[in-house]
Amino acid sequence: MKKNLKTKVSVKDLNLYYGDNQALHGITMDIYENQITALIGPSGCGKSTFLRCLNRMNDLINSVRIEGNIIIDKKNIYDRDVDEVAVRKRVGMVFQQPNPFPKSIYDNVAYAPLKHGIVKKGPACDELVEKSLIQAGLWNEVKDKLSEPGTSLSGGQQQRLCIARTIAVQPDVILMDEPTSALDPISTEKIEALMLELKKDYTIIIVTHNMQQAGRVADMTAFFHMGDLIEYDDTETIFINPTLKKTEDYITGRYG
Amino acid sequence: MNTSKNNTAQADKGGKQSARNHPFYDPTLKSRHVRSKLFKLFTFLSITFAISFLLFFLGDMIIKGLPAFKQTYIEVDVTYNDKTIKSTRRAIDKKYRKVVSRAWLRNIPRLVKQNPALMGTTQPTWVLANSQVDQYLKGHHYKLKDKYRKLIDTMNQDGKVEMRFNKIFFTHGDSKIPENSGFKSAIVGSVLTLIVTMVVAFPLGVMTAVYLEEFADDNRWTQLIEVNINNLAAIPSILFGLLGLAVFINLFGMPRSSPLVGGLTLALMTLPIIIVSSRAALRSVPDSIRQAGYGLGLTRVQVVQDHVLPLAFPGIMTGSIIGLAQAMGETAPLIIIGMIAFIPDAPGSIFEAATVMPAQIFTWAGMPERAYIERTAAGIMVLISILITLNALAIYLRKKFEVKW
Repeated sequence: MKKNLKTKVSVKDLNLYYGDNQALHGITMDIYENQITALIGPSGCGKSTFLRCLNRMNDLINSVRIEGNIIIDKKNIYDRDVDEVAVRKRVGMVFQQPNPFPKSIYDNVAYAPLKHGIVKKGPACDELVEKSLIQAGLWNEVKDKLSEPGTSLSGGQQQRLCIARTIAVQPDVILMDEPTSALDPISTEKIEALMLELKKDYTIIIVTHNMQQAGRVADMTAFFHMGDLIEYDDTETIFINPTLKKTEDYITGRYG
Repeated sequence: MNTSKNNTAQADKGGKQSARNHPFYDPTLKSRHVRSKLFKLFTFLSITFAISFLLFFLGDMIIKGLPAFKQTYIEVDVTYNDKTIKSTRRAIDKKYRKVVSRAWLRNIPRLVKQNPALMGTTQPTWVLANSQVDQYLKGHHYKLKDKYRKLIDTMNQDGKVEMRFNKIFFTHGDSKIPENSGFKSAIVGSVLTLIVTMVVAFPLGVMTAVYLEEFADDNRWTQLIEVNINNLAAIPSILFGLLGLAVFINLFGMPRSSPLVGGLTLALMTLPIIIVSSRAALRSVPDSIRQAGYGLGLTRVQVVQDHVLPLAFPGIMTGSIIGLAQAMGETAPLIIIGMIAFIPDAPGSIFEAATVMPAQIFTWAGMPERAYIERTAAGIMVLISILITLNALAIYLRKKFEVKW
């Protein structure tokens, strides 16, 4: 679709059902490496559900049934021989509400890498924690209080801690489900700057209700409505010159 | 709008009631105030009522029980020789025989063995007094002949009567001689029983709760199990006693009256309490923590072990301690499995016959002697102190380890 870009995630004909209720209808899209892809659309349009398909978080819900393929690095993550836990290691996730573990800042970052055996306790682990916190732009604020609980930080700091925790596992793709909707504008700005920084190393997919945010940070934007992917293109095209009337109406706030 | 206009109109007609002639006047306000005051009064009265009952009960227990912590000792001459070792009654002058405790006299051979120098001597010794003497001096009902009363009065004047702290209550088991009876075997029995209960019920209960809350699918079977667990908590405790009798004693042939059987029976009773409270504690752990764990590529077991369980732990502990306190006060099922026996010696293991605190209280409460009534109240004081301590511990643990969000 686009020149000079490598496809990281390729979604093919994805259908998702909650029991008898179909929530996603034949989604097909390519998500490109080292780009920020924004998923927009009105509430209940399936964008969060779609996001959660990308790291198989929907497997945790019993009533969910998924058809179709999601190919990441040439492997369909819904193949039988793929373990969903391994998928989530490669595809990290940041949630709407900052949800640090009620442990120290250090342990928040170090816990998962230690469990996955990425590092061993000691200087290597300290280094990884420092590196992750620096990458998340939090290091200068917390370097003197690493043993304090992560929950003692402000909302924006907590969210950056969650991002640090996610990148400490060294994923390829980071999913963000409305990461700034619980934050004030200043914290939001910091997170957005961070996303632009992170896209050099990671592929980022973000769900957002905030149109300006999609416009500011996203390279690609996908518009979802009623479980359908309506339009998917360059952010610029989507915002300035959308092909479909539906997209234009939503973007300009005429319905939603 | 309409009503307020009407009100204004009415107030204008009244003329004098100009106070009503303002925009905030509400004719229903006064009766609403009265009703809310009455409601508050009722709520206040009911708590006053409940507290006064509690205070009355506690006060009565303390007044009746406190004297039991003091015991009368008298100083008499005790003769130690071969004859008196064989027939200990003779060690004491005939005059004093009726006021000295028979239980103390039994000690004479042991005293001589410990201290052979005593042999062949007569020593003035502080001796445990008879329970009737004790009750007489405490001003309670007594059965003591005039002769002995006078004797005690003169001894008292000579400084040969003393009230000492009742060590026997904490160092002896039950006895048919009231002044020699104590709470120790019941305390030890309770501790052993509750250890068995907790060792069985705590891991089983917590693991069941974890399975149901974190791993099980929500289907008919789990719903059935859930309903049954809730029902189990409501079953009369005496039925658990019958179950224990039938299963543990008759089927498995475990020793009757033993803390092992008692503990297992109480474990059956405590299980539903632990399961229900642990499930509530697990459910109160926010789902965002689980999501965070899964999002980092952790397995379900890792998420439960490292994040959910530690967060739920204070709640689980609180529920378990409350279940433990409840088991500690339980009597009915233990009566059925024979833990109400007369146990003079504290059990040395969970296989020996034992009794528990509430059962001992029950036994003493049925005794005719006044000294046992005193001990009943003292036993209740000990039991309630332990229960209050346990509940306070539960609150402390909850407050201490509670995670603030």
